[in-house]
Amino acid sequence: MAKQKRYSRKTPEDRIFDTINYILMIFLIIVTLYPFINIIAVSLNDPMDSIKGGIYLKPRKFTLYNYRVVLSRKEIYNATGVSVLRTLVGTALGILSSFFVAYPLSRKDFVLRKPLTIYFLLTMYVGGGLIPGYFLIRSLGLLNSFWVYILPGLVSTFNILVVRSYISTIPDSFVESAKIDGAGEFRILFTIIMPLCIPVLATIALFIAVGQWNSWFDTYLYTSSKQELSTLQFELQKILQEATQSFSTSSDYGSAISSGAAERAKTITPTSIRATMTVVATLPVLVVYPFLQKYFVTGLTLGGVKG
Amino acid sequence: MNEFIPSITKTGSSDKRKKTTPKNEKKNRQQSPFFRQLGRQRSLLFMCLPFVVLVFVFNYLPLWGWLMAFQNYKPHLGVRHSEWVGLKHFKDLFSDKSFWLVLRNTLAMSSLKLVFGFLSAIILAILLNELHAKWFKRTVQTISYLPYFISWVVAANLVMTALSPEGGIINEVLMFLGIIDQPKLWLGTPRYFWWIIVFSDMWKNVGWNAIIYLSAMTAIDPELYEAANIDGAGRLKRIWHITLPGIRPVFTVLLIMNLGWILNAGFEHQLLLMNPIVREVAEVIDIFVLRYGINMGRYSFATAAGIFKSLVSIIMLVTADLVVQKLNGDEEVL
Repeated sequence: MAKQKRYSRKTPEDRIFDTINYILMIFLIIVTLYPFINIIAVSLNDPMDSIKGGIYLKPRKFTLYNYRVVLSRKEIYNATGVSVLRTLVGTALGILSSFFVAYPLSRKDFVLRKPLTIYFLLTMYVGGGLIPGYFLIRSLGLLNSFWVYILPGLVSTFNILVVRSYISTIPDSFVESAKIDGAGEFRILFTIIMPLCIPVLATIALFIAVGQWNSWFDTYLYTSSKQELSTLQFELQKILQEATQSFSTSSDYGSAISSGAAERAKTITPTSIRATMTVVATLPVLVVYPFLQKYFVTGLTLGGVKG
Repeated sequence: MNEFIPSITKTGSSDKRKKTTPKNEKKNRQQSPFFRQLGRQRSLLFMCLPFVVLVFVFNYLPLWGWLMAFQNYKPHLGVRHSEWVGLKHFKDLFSDKSFWLVLRNTLAMSSLKLVFGFLSAIILAILLNELHAKWFKRTVQTISYLPYFISWVVAANLVMTALSPEGGIINEVLMFLGIIDQPKLWLGTPRYFWWIIVFSDMWKNVGWNAIIYLSAMTAIDPELYEAANIDGAGRLKRIWHITLPGIRPVFTVLLIMNLGWILNAGFEHQLLLMNPIVREVAEVIDIFVLRYGINMGRYSFATAAGIFKSLVSIIMLVTADLVVQKLNGDEEVL
């Protein structure tokens, strides 16, 4: 009833407020989506035509040529494979590590629960920093190795905390009765705990997968001299780099030509390559996002609010 | 802005539990010897042992490398055989003009990000909270946190496209409105750089950062709004007197935690968008460390800069943590 009143008695203030609110929200939608739509439009437009400018929401001279050129480059093809591989391996092992640590830490009778919890929590505060980290990776022989993508960040304290707080909502009696039946800890984890944790598993899986797919700095730092280990994000970063650095030589960064494309410079422009690569590197996230975004949010509320 | 989540979780769950529960746990432990119980729980230990080792190697072992800062480190000699020089590199660091410049950049960008990040997230949360149409609210929300999930490489590309002097949308719109009469070279002008960083950071994170305030707003008792309505309070008054006080606890905690992260201005962002012309205003501590350490081979000097940052951050984080715990002292979190 109260609600009814509120709607029927719209004061002028309400009306002005709502109008401004809707305008602002629509403005937000435009500002958020426009850069994506624009770059997709440029990537689908004829490269020589794009130079003239004025491509906004849709391509003027539609072509798939840019994609054909970009995807036919061997290094892009290869980098896509590495990106997919690191995402798959990193996610699988990341989930495993989170559960293998979170489960023991959730058991109130585990004698090492307290010291180990502190041990993992401390990693959120202390770290050796960039240079010592670099030398460690070097002395471990992980430079130019695929595993440098996986191992250093495998154990995430944040994910452990999220999983642990979820497991602790499962009644102790589940574990107790399984133990009486003679099940070992690994079996309890895989057959009882994990099936009950599907929502939180999905959440951390998405976070780890997005993190793996999006990361480029580890490639930049540790494996940049080995082309076979390059990732999509790193290839895109290289193109971006060429564009930004050209500021010092000329104001016209559209004229920066990536060395590999020099011979094709007559037919494809750096701007078009950059746009197309951006779309290729974003597409997987854009495609899964609408279906999975509710899990992302669950993750935040699980981790942040519920504690 | 997003680093706060782990820290909150920490103060929320483990610390409280640490203090309140384990009285009787201790008694149990005295009755049955520690090692016998551990032996019985060895499969739990085996389960997490590989990851304990991994964390030791990748998180704790690098601390050993801090010794490099007190040496003239030579990679072929290693930490054990390099020459010790005491605090020389720290002295060099503090007398280096470019270090102070970098520190200024770091503090400036992270403070601007903090202020604008908080303001934009709170305003967005309030506006979303005031939307009546559920479907519209959900749509706006879903769209608003999309940019959070793209990489900084992609985001930097989008920013560059938007700011391009050749038909970039920002120049086009400003010219259309008559604010500027010819395209500006935004990314090549030092005085715009901080603002480009702040606004692109806002673009990327505002939707995500608003979520936590929105969920705090849903916890506000709707009767408060009805009562205020009957008393004749208008929209803005209700927001001012009910919504804002309602999110104050969350706001305070987040603010303090973020102050603890003040030396983390983010660095991918700057590294990706900067160019030689704007380097003087763009370089933050992490980029400074990267440049001296990896690119120029001054390992010890760069490590000293890294240690400076780590120490300040640890002190600020622990202080922030204590303050939050004190604030939460009377209102139990869990």
